[in-house]
Amino acid sequence: MEIIKINKKDWNGGLAKSRKAYRLYGPIRVADKYFSEFGALAEDEVPDMSATDTRLSPKSIAFPPSEVMLEYTLDENSEDCNIMKVPEKEYPHRAIIGIRPYDAAAYLLVKKNFDTSEVRDPYWCDAYDACTFIGLAVQEPSLLDFSTSTNSGPFDESGLDVLLVDAGDSYLAKVITDKGKAYLKAAGWGKEAGKDAAGKIEALKKKAEAKIQSSVSFDNIRQKSVMELFEADFWEDTAFACMNCGTCTYVCPTCWCFDIQDETHGKKGVRLKVWDSCMYPLFTLHTTGHNPRDAKVQRVRQRFMHKLKYFMDKYEDGIMCVGCGRCIRSCPVNIDIRNVCQLMNG
Amino acid sequence: MENPYLPYPVRIDDIEIATEDKSLKTFKFVFINKEDEEKFAYKAGQFAELSIPGKGEIPIGIASSPVEKGFVTFTVNRAGLVTTHLHNMKKGDVMGIRGPLGNWYPWDLLAGKNILIVGGGFAFTTLRSSIIYMLDPENRSRFGTIDVVYGARTPGMLLYKDELIEWEKRDDINMHLTIDSPAEGWAYNVGFTPPVTEEKAPKGDENTYAIVCGPPVMIKFTLPVLEKLGYTHDHIIMSLENRMKCGFGMCGRCGIGKELVCKDGPVFTLDQINQTPREY
Repeated sequence: MEIIKINKKDWNGGLAKSRKAYRLYGPIRVADKYFSEFGALAEDEVPDMSATDTRLSPKSIAFPPSEVMLEYTLDENSEDCNIMKVPEKEYPHRAIIGIRPYDAAAYLLVKKNFDTSEVRDPYWCDAYDACTFIGLAVQEPSLLDFSTSTNSGPFDESGLDVLLVDAGDSYLAKVITDKGKAYLKAAGWGKEAGKDAAGKIEALKKKAEAKIQSSVSFDNIRQKSVMELFEADFWEDTAFACMNCGTCTYVCPTCWCFDIQDETHGKKGVRLKVWDSCMYPLFTLHTTGHNPRDAKVQRVRQRFMHKLKYFMDKYEDGIMCVGCGRCIRSCPVNIDIRNVCQLMNG
Repeated sequence: MENPYLPYPVRIDDIEIATEDKSLKTFKFVFINKEDEEKFAYKAGQFAELSIPGKGEIPIGIASSPVEKGFVTFTVNRAGLVTTHLHNMKKGDVMGIRGPLGNWYPWDLLAGKNILIVGGGFAFTTLRSSIIYMLDPENRSRFGTIDVVYGARTPGMLLYKDELIEWEKRDDINMHLTIDSPAEGWAYNVGFTPPVTEEKAPKGDENTYAIVCGPPVMIKFTLPVLEKLGYTHDHIIMSLENRMKCGFGMCGRCGIGKELVCKDGPVFTLDQINQTPREY
């Protein structure tokens, strides 16, 4: 495995050089706020490499909160009147700098939904394919981080093209894919790190993992039947304080549910894909007025069952959670997915 | 791979009022681009999204049959925003169709078997598609006996009445039409669908499958009847409905457990349904 050493003095220069071929994304400190958000970097802007977890996850790079999918005209003088068209879209190379390893791993979970053998969501897939993920290892995990127990972790390479590890006055850049290699080349970073670099990364990884204080187990969930968990007696208690605000689903890097809405302005309009949430009654409301998830408890159960049971059964994989802890941090009533997972694992 | 969100442009070729209360209309669409019809190759039991720019989309079962060429038909109940707009549209108007979507009645499994169809009210659209498919001269010999129990409130609320009467006259399909209460000039059964099913339907066995579509109350009382007649849960086939948007398994709202009604369904056996949460 190739490891490149990037002197921090060359960092900003390299980023600037890479902009010729890539559009850069990274964590940006929100003015006067205590948090950062992920976004496209302005021309002279550099990513905030000291940022803690961004408030929202970086899923929006391939899955914007609102995205035009189709456009139409209602102008009867146009021969395309009432005929949907795909607008021209460009997907230039994007380098996602400083993404957390578990946030990048979340992309792989979401990919299972949007990129299947039968059908492919072109908007998500094209945006994802254009991305090169230059992750930054998490060396100071937050108190809410439980990523090591979700098959991910603070140094998880699975979703990354390059893993950057902060080594004081330099970054050690572990090249994971050819895409990653191409980005480093475009930035002009090519100095091989010494032989001891791999060992150093491994040591820092162990140190970071050891700092993580909480975990989840889901081995028993796998063995239990859907109906046993669905009918469990803890859902009322779990949902009691929930206000169905939907914050957990918005901050989550793996929540992918969306709505499709038409918006018309004058005679022109667009069909949009917009974030939706299983926390809302409208999500499942039938035209007849019947709603299969009418009650709050049903919606809370749906969210946890989807993440911790249905996903696992459907894809014969782990859980649909990377352990970033955002939903715990942002929940206004302190609902904690770790506790729910424990109840389900029982 | 084509963009699965992009509807095929279609023109409304014909509109027929389908029930006496005018709440249902049957729309016949033709594809504006001929090659789209081939891409839309479907099987009886599938559905499609009817797409009206500026209004939205609505998932509706395909009422025409794969053996009918040159058009597709949908019988639509006026209920919400999109369907109300559709009911006000005219012959010649242009809109979109996205599909075909979902699975279909398991025709490979059903080959060589006796088929019982139980339908109620306006949930007869994909059943009509299925009957036309099975009665097609090319296909009829591939199935055993065909029994159809179809009930509606009044004679005027039965869909596709001309075809029903025609099928009554045939000897290769056993029709058991019924209405809720007696009506003048009605020569067939009177009574709710479940008791008529109990009286007229063939007994269940290894070689007989039941396909059941109807309002929840009909389903509720028909399932025990089928059990009594000897139909096992893996021989009872149903088609579910849920709120849908994408129609191909991505937007997440129509899930019942790990199954998505739009993609893994809408057709399930009762056996499969019993293993999923009742969230439909």
